Amino acid sequence: MIQQVEQPLIEIHDLTVTYHRKPVLWGIDFTLPKGIIAGIMGPNGAGKSTLIKAMMGLVPVGSGYVKLFGEDLKEVRAKVSYVPQKESVDWDFPASALDVVLMGRYGKLKWFQRPRKADRDVAMDCLKKVGMEAFANRQISQLSGGQQQRVFIARSLAQDADLYLMDEPFAGVDIATETAIVELLKEMTSEGKTVVVVHHDLQSAENYFDWLVLMNLRLVASGPIKEVMTKELLQETYGGKLNILTTVTDLLNKQDFPIREK
Amino acid sequence: MDAFWIILTGILVVASSSILGCFLVLRKMTMVGDAISHAVLPGIVLAYLFSGERNSVLMIIGAAGIGLLTTFLIEFFHKKGNVQEDASIGITFTSFFALGVILISYFAENVDLDQDCVLYGEIAYVSLDPLLIGNIEYGPKAIWLLSFVFLMVLAVIIPGYRSLSLTTFDPNYAQAIGISVTLWHYVLMSLVSLTTVASFESVGAILVVAFLTVPAATAYLLTEKLKNMILLSILFGVLASVLGYFLADYSNGSIAGAMATASGILFGIVFLGKRLYNRYHRLTAVSQN
Ligand SMILES: Nc1ncnc2c1ncn2[C@@H]1O[C@H](COP(=O)(O)OP(=O)(O)OP(=O)(O)O)[C@@H](O)[C@H]1O
Ligand SMILES: [Mg+2]
Repeated sequence: MIQQVEQPLIEIHDLTVTYHRKPVLWGIDFTLPKGIIAGIMGPNGAGKSTLIKAMMGLVPVGSGYVKLFGEDLKEVRAKVSYVPQKESVDWDFPASALDVVLMGRYGKLKWFQRPRKADRDVAMDCLKKVGMEAFANRQISQLSGGQQQRVFIARSLAQDADLYLMDEPFAGVDIATETAIVELLKEMTSEGKTVVVVHHDLQSAENYFDWLVLMNLRLVASGPIKEVMTKELLQETYGGKLNILTTVTDLLNKQDFPIREK
Repeated sequence: MDAFWIILTGILVVASSSILGCFLVLRKMTMVGDAISHAVLPGIVLAYLFSGERNSVLMIIGAAGIGLLTTFLIEFFHKKGNVQEDASIGITFTSFFALGVILISYFAENVDLDQDCVLYGEIAYVSLDPLLIGNIEYGPKAIWLLSFVFLMVLAVIIPGYRSLSLTTFDPNYAQAIGISVTLWHYVLMSLVSLTTVASFESVGAILVVAFLTVPAATAYLLTEKLKNMILLSILFGVLASVLGYFLADYSNGSIAGAMATASGILFGIVFLGKRLYNRYHRLTAVSQN
């Protein structure tokens, strides 16, 4: 099931990426509309991070192309924000939480400009949004894993972009904070922003996302979540593993309850 | 007066190298600094052969060029050839250094450079080679050269501070917001090459590595802010060169060696002091409960 959209915000055409001649993304082809929260799901090693990196121009693309806002990334960089997987950096770096969030403002500054008071205010405000204002001056190695993740989300928010690409932003984040951040993201989409989130939890996916992309090396499905969250497609994505099957059955059962229909 | 010039030389060397050292330490690249400092040798010898004098502009450019080539080759073997990074560093700089040693021994009559000077420098003699314009002496050449390099370092690091720190902390994100990671990598490496070459005559190829690494590592133990780390590392570097001078004066030993030793001692003191401080705090915390 691959549903293409008219006037897409993200257009990925026949994208192939290889590491050392081994393909990790193969002929990925889908489009996403504006103003939604989309989930990207698939098993470990499915190529989700690689897909996001390819969209951000961080890995060389073998064939195909990515268009954001109908243009190449370099034309629209200022409108795109990226949250890398937390493990990709060394948290022993001498910086405070506020310093890291301020980095979200660097894209708006010339390389020699210093951040202004206004930038600091935005950064502080974004720390508040993820409930981390009390830790603004804490050195980042002295934050818990979930708190570090929240600092990354805050940095991305500080960019004030129109499109957010987030690689597992909720890894290790407690459920209360996660729910609060999802509410925030939903609010942002109602203002016309678009959010793409790599996610692992099938249970919460249904409540969080409007759109779902399922992948495993190849694209399995892309469409409104109600249509994509089916037993067959999930099985095709994750293989016929037993625990997955029971989860899927649970989910499908839940969907039958009229109370969950809006 | 000699003492003044020697200490000033030491201070200029450590000031540039501790600033750059902070970024090398945080990028886990101090061994690349080591590699550059050795690999520039053939560049220095060749430039010396062509120009017939030390501290010439040609020498700086030639050696800095080889420094850049070294970093490029290290990356190339590592990324394209699938060689481990440390092995790639080992292969590259030893080859260049060996080439330099061969050149020195081969052209021994024409080159007024010996292995000792290459390894340990001759800071004691900086004032013997003054800058002459017409008939007037304007202080040691090395001082002018090192001051120029120091100003270059400041002229790049101060405006480039944010780009350098972001490409150090999170290169993926830096790239994503349009800051070129490769560009800043090579900017940093050019500065390291320049500093190494300029410091080479006074402190030699081995000791400049100490100044690239030790003050920065000492400062890292004490602070949680990059800016303070840089300022502290300069402070430790300056302290080490002053202490080192008097240590050498007292013991009648190698000045550059004593400066490096002093920075090692400062590191040891800070390291132990920090451990004792932590232990004391843990004990008081326990006894309060
Ligand atoms: N730098 C790299 N060099 C070589 N292979 C890589 C590299 N990065 C990822 N891979 C391979 O590419 C494939 C996809 O990796 P990717 O990180 O995109 O998966 P993922 O879907 O994000 O997984 P996870 O859920 O574990 O985060 C994996 O098989 C991985 O082994
Ligand atoms: Mg991943």
